[in-house]
Amino acid sequence: MIYNVVILGGGPAGLAAAVAAKKEGAENVLILERDRELGGILNQCIHNGFGLHTFGEQLTGPEYAERYINEVVQLKIPYELNTMVLDLEDHGELKIIHAINEEKGYFPIETESVILTMGCRERTAGAIGIPGYRPAGVYTAGAAQRFMNMEGYMAGKEAVILGSGDIGLIMARRMTLEGAHVQAVCEIMPHSNGLVRNVVQCLDDYDIPLKLSHTISFIHGKDRVEGVTVMKVDKETLKPIPGTEEFIKCDTLLLSVGLIPENEITRKAEVAIDGKTNGPVVGELRQTNMPGVFACGNVVQVHDLVDFVSEESVLAGEGAAKYIKGELDTEINFDTKNGDGISYVVPQHVALKNVEDSITFYMRVRKVFPNHTVKAYLNGEVIAKKNAPKFLPAEMVNFKIKRSLLEKYPNGEITFIVEEKPEKKIKL
Amino acid sequence: MKKDMTCIMCPIGCQMTIEGSEGNYTVTGNSCKNGEKYAIEEMTAPKRIIPTTVVVKDALIARCPVKTAAPVPKEKIFDIMDVINKVVLTAPVHIGDVVIKDVLDTGVDVVATKTMPRVN
Repeated sequence: MIYNVVILGGGPAGLAAAVAAKKEGAENVLILERDRELGGILNQCIHNGFGLHTFGEQLTGPEYAERYINEVVQLKIPYELNTMVLDLEDHGELKIIHAINEEKGYFPIETESVILTMGCRERTAGAIGIPGYRPAGVYTAGAAQRFMNMEGYMAGKEAVILGSGDIGLIMARRMTLEGAHVQAVCEIMPHSNGLVRNVVQCLDDYDIPLKLSHTISFIHGKDRVEGVTVMKVDKETLKPIPGTEEFIKCDTLLLSVGLIPENEITRKAEVAIDGKTNGPVVGELRQTNMPGVFACGNVVQVHDLVDFVSEESVLAGEGAAKYIKGELDTEINFDTKNGDGISYVVPQHVALKNVEDSITFYMRVRKVFPNHTVKAYLNGEVIAKKNAPKFLPAEMVNFKIKRSLLEKYPNGEITFIVEEKPEKKIKL
Repeated sequence: MKKDMTCIMCPIGCQMTIEGSEGNYTVTGNSCKNGEKYAIEEMTAPKRIIPTTVVVKDALIARCPVKTAAPVPKEKIFDIMDVINKVVLTAPVHIGDVVIKDVLDTGVDVVATKTMPRVN
């Protein structure tokens, strides 16, 4: 049997993409998931705050996942669990996926189109190279989260957290609620990398200090973590300042130091990757440069809110359905570019005929920008603006532009730039 | 009394200031009605939803996620955690199942947030 769409990953992106593809007319859809259940990372994110944009209510991760899993079941979309995808092979109109699981052993799957939804993984201690031994008690925040919330193991009693990403903040509260003591959260940047509400509800609520412009310069202990040396860093160079060393006694160090899109399959298949996002280069319907291969969710760009993962995945699902019906336009009208103050833009190009009413460009700012405007320039002219009270690196900017506006312009490159707002003139 | 706080009703995170005394508060810095409501509540009776887990037997994983179905008084969080941590469930569990009724007389139930079929 040849599938219409095969989805690599049953997390939030894969679930939403599968549902959208099926609803848009793809008959034979299959989800491949390497874990023992659907839902992906949402299964261990037991905290509330998911779904404010999508459902207008605060759900926990498992509740958010279950809404999509129920839809997958209702639409009778088949899925394979405990299944690892080894390779994706492109044979033009046919793709072959090489997969493996305990029941079937090795098996190839033939499909017309593929949606990549492998998500991302955490940077580890090795990736940031902290000096010291390698004692027990050093975990990524996500690993500790899985131990505590799914397997029922406590990660430690006295903890220090490095990195103020959302998982780190959430784990600070989680450990506190379960009786551990969190000494501090250290963040090398002068601003938090997590959402504001997480700083308030996870740290402020429990009087956990957030040490901005601080890092850990040494891990003490040989068999088990015995403490860490914390140092202040220079705000410009981010280098530790000698003389600011502070020893904090602890038995656990959690790392929340960034996420990396998981694109081994993508790279091996020679799908083009954007060096700024570390994810595939995609168009408005999340098509990659390999016809019939789409990508969405954290494998494309690391999102902060799952709601936007779902939103993006609907596009990929619709795109795949269009592709198999031969309705996907391939003429690219616009490329996008990150200008001053912006670190990346997704999608990287736009085929306007595939856009229904409007298109949302996702991007991140490089630092905190109060009183600024993000402007979209096309061929030297400002075509759209977005204002916000404050732009934060931790919060993805959603920049919507109407199709009718873009239709007025010739093809070209859209550059997004952060600019300071002119001071308001005071009327005399 | 005066208090500065960060609004958490949405990702914007408005920096708000609340001033006044009971029944007569002025909130500034908020950009919507939700912010005002949140500031007054934080000043008078702060509440939080508690998301946590309980032991579950005969399920695929060892813990079942639960939450308080509504926000509960902030000062009762650790007492409520003690009560929740005594619960042992046996699968099957359905999403929304009441795990503890009216926890510590708050009028709020603790409910399961995941459907967990029985696994032998």
